[in-house]
Amino acid sequence: MAIFGLWVINKAGGLVYQRNFSDGLAQLTSNENLVLAGTLHGIHAITRNLSPTGTSSGAHVIEGESFKMTILLTPTATKFVLLTSLTETTADSMLQKVYEAYSDAVMKNPFHTPEMPIRSEGFDRRITSLIGS
Amino acid sequence: MAYTQPHPRLSVLSTSSLPPSADYASPTNSSTRFSLASAPSLSNTLVGSTKATSARPSIYDRNLNKTRFTEVSGSAFAFLFSEMVQYTQKRVSGIGDLERRLNTLGYRVGVRVLEMMMFRQESSSKNPKRETRLLPVLMLIHSQVWKAVFGKAADAIEKSVENADEYMIIDNDPPIERHISVPRDMSQLSCSSFTAGIVEAVLDGLGFPARVTAHNTPTTQYPTRSTILIKLDKIVLEREELMK
Repeated sequence: MAIFGLWVINKAGGLVYQRNFSDGLAQLTSNENLVLAGTLHGIHAITRNLSPTGTSSGAHVIEGESFKMTILLTPTATKFVLLTSLTETTADSMLQKVYEAYSDAVMKNPFHTPEMPIRSEGFDRRITSLIGS
Repeated sequence: MAYTQPHPRLSVLSTSSLPPSADYASPTNSSTRFSLASAPSLSNTLVGSTKATSARPSIYDRNLNKTRFTEVSGSAFAFLFSEMVQYTQKRVSGIGDLERRLNTLGYRVGVRVLEMMMFRQESSSKNPKRETRLLPVLMLIHSQVWKAVFGKAADAIEKSVENADEYMIIDNDPPIERHISVPRDMSQLSCSSFTAGIVEAVLDGLGFPARVTAHNTPTTQYPTRSTILIKLDKIVLEREELMK
């Protein structure tokens, strides 16, 4: 039961927010994180088109041997990705709360430019109180 | 289409939200639709009805006290205020200029807040009165004005130790700053300048000319804590002395 990290990916596939919470995954450089986020964006776009029943919101959970990533796609194509341990059960509700914090502290902030990296103390604070440092 | 629509900037109502087509061409119809007083056309579009608008009184004819405790959406206001700051920021050079413009916007709100508050409170009272002394006026701003604008009283009111003409109103969690994170390179900026404008207008309206500014005074418990600094005009203090 652990939350390893959080990514926010904009609609173009750029990583606009990245934060690690607890150890358990290999530490990556910011460049590697950017590449991974871009790759996930591509994979996600493919999974959206793989659905046999028409429209799909794409991959929701991707599980590995030691971790899983839960993906929340918003109507504006921003993706929230939570990296957790396999036994973590709160990932979905946590992502909803992160989305709420994003709507409040990022979208209502006049100093944020849409689709650009998130540098907002208010958002950092909200995430810290949600997930911990 | 002989009827010319008012310029969109001049109209309070967004014409794009009105039902389209023929209505625009008919002057009889549009004269009521576009008059500023006929808010019913706005509420009609909200519920999706196109029935006659005559049944509901205009916003100016409605009872003032009926809307006294109604609230607006905090999110809607946050987005509006965010746009106001962005709009202003595009047109200024420097933080001082930005704060002054926000102050001016707040001033326009404050003038109306005072008028509305006085109508609501004093029109129904048997012996209407007007505050003439400084401390009751400051208390009025601290509690009544704050309640009318933000739905809660301010957290503290202090007198400056150094300067006799300075008073401070402190809000631990100002609603207008709740979602705002000022970037580090603009850290002196306080968006509460808008609130300062409201306070300045109320003080001016009551005959207490003052210069009002806003300052960030964060604490670990209240990261958005703001102080509204009121620097009273000389004549106010002189008058207070005479009235003692």
